[in-house]
Amino acid sequence: MTTPTERDVAVVAFAQTAHRRSTDQLSEVELVLPVLQDVLKQTGLTTEQIGFTCSGSSDYLAGRAFSFTMTLDGVGAWPPISESHVEMDGAWALYEAWVKLRTGQADTALVYSYGKSSPGSVRDVLTRQLDPYTLAPLWPDAIALAALQAQTLIDAGQADERALADTAVRSRRAARDNPHAQLRGSADADDLLALPYEVQPLRRHDCPPVSDGAAAVILAVGDAARALHPRPAWIRGIDHRIEAHQPGSRDLTGSPSTRLAAVHAGAFDARVDTAELHAPFTAQELILRRALDLGDAVVVNPSGGALAANPVMAAGLIRIGEAAARIHRGESRRALAHATSGPCLQQNLIAVLEGEK
Amino acid sequence: MKTAAELLADIPGLAGVEPVTRVTIPARLDYTYTPGGAQSRFLTALTGQRLIGERCPECTRVYIPPRGVCPTCGRATTEQIDLPEVGTVTTFCIVNIAAKGLNIEVPYCYAYVLLDGAHVSLHARIGGVPHDQVHVGQRVRVVWNDRSRLQDKPSLAAISHFTPTGDPDADPETYRRWM
Repeated sequence: MTTPTERDVAVVAFAQTAHRRSTDQLSEVELVLPVLQDVLKQTGLTTEQIGFTCSGSSDYLAGRAFSFTMTLDGVGAWPPISESHVEMDGAWALYEAWVKLRTGQADTALVYSYGKSSPGSVRDVLTRQLDPYTLAPLWPDAIALAALQAQTLIDAGQADERALADTAVRSRRAARDNPHAQLRGSADADDLLALPYEVQPLRRHDCPPVSDGAAAVILAVGDAARALHPRPAWIRGIDHRIEAHQPGSRDLTGSPSTRLAAVHAGAFDARVDTAELHAPFTAQELILRRALDLGDAVVVNPSGGALAANPVMAAGLIRIGEAAARIHRGESRRALAHATSGPCLQQNLIAVLEGEK
Repeated sequence: MKTAAELLADIPGLAGVEPVTRVTIPARLDYTYTPGGAQSRFLTALTGQRLIGERCPECTRVYIPPRGVCPTCGRATTEQIDLPEVGTVTTFCIVNIAAKGLNIEVPYCYAYVLLDGAHVSLHARIGGVPHDQVHVGQRVRVVWNDRSRLQDKPSLAAISHFTPTGDPDADPETYRRWM
């Protein structure tokens, strides 16, 4: 194991909202502000001490242009700050911040993301990320595309509906211990399998809840990180890879982009004890487990994962935050965090986090 | 001059391809937008012809319309402040282009009005005065729209415009920092 260098980056604080179906009493900034305040309080930093701020969110969820600017008031953006935004999950905002820190342009970074799915119909909203000429006009919604992926997995003999149900049960029962989760607990698999299909072969339990929520992380380098947390969660590697835009041109039973990102992030260099996987649909967890060679010894999604709470654009950042929080609490030595974007696990990010020896 | 077809003739991939120049793909997504706590308080107060700002607990600045957060301190603005109906024009422009869907004769004056006790200006139309007599420092008062016409629905349309009070101009020191 390598010793941290001066520019090694660590997660030193993480906060998330209690995710719920609707937060229509709150504006975006009112949703985000408590988690921003939380991470600042954890570190004792003030907004003007933050070197770089980066956020992730989507105008298509908010239903308005430049929607991220509505949350800038929450980071004290006057006088002007060094800031950026990605129209992606916050995990990619964290990646941008990590690059800034690694290249010496800042020593601390605030990363946050949020998604209010409640104003619109998220399963339809997500069709707008598809090819605009040949696929989006068909409006294949997010659940239909995930069902296609699950069916290819079943047809390939790599899963059955029972295995999918077991994944749902395990995730939502793990979420019992997660006060932020939206679905905490589950009926037995037999009972779930007796329920009708949502989009065959997916039943309701195979799909994520529709969630509003936000998350924030503070990153710091080297000694700054050690000063802000007694047990920083060091990012040993982080990488993201993308596959073809057309789901039809991909083998949906596997996730080569996940594996590639994992190799480049050093995920296979040593055993991980924990993995937080961003798998909004049950079949996707099975695909990711295989892409990452995760055996039974690895604790997967102790938070309940995206099946227990899925604030779109924040659910990936939350995976990194959850993995880091386990290291902060001394419950993990080396954890893998995964985030996804696009239809059917099109784009994937892997981060490997470690506690100090 | 060569035609487009001649210019592209060397590209084998385009041979015989009839370009699609237009596709029509209607798309519609519906949203139920909610303005959140602070803006809801502001809009609801307007139906009762009250102007509500919110104060930052740290820098004590008063924001209207309130967004719930102080953009300087990044703190929640929890204290509601009733602001008076009078303020000062801090800047303005003369609009000569009729806006779509806005039933106002051009030219008209569009201005920033710094309400007394506030630290950000409200956007407002200035009426009841020839537009060439509007000036920075002018004292103005809110003119409310007829309440029955609004049917008590929370809306910025509760404010018709601001009109000069006839009082002497404000001392520039009172608004210089908040322009």
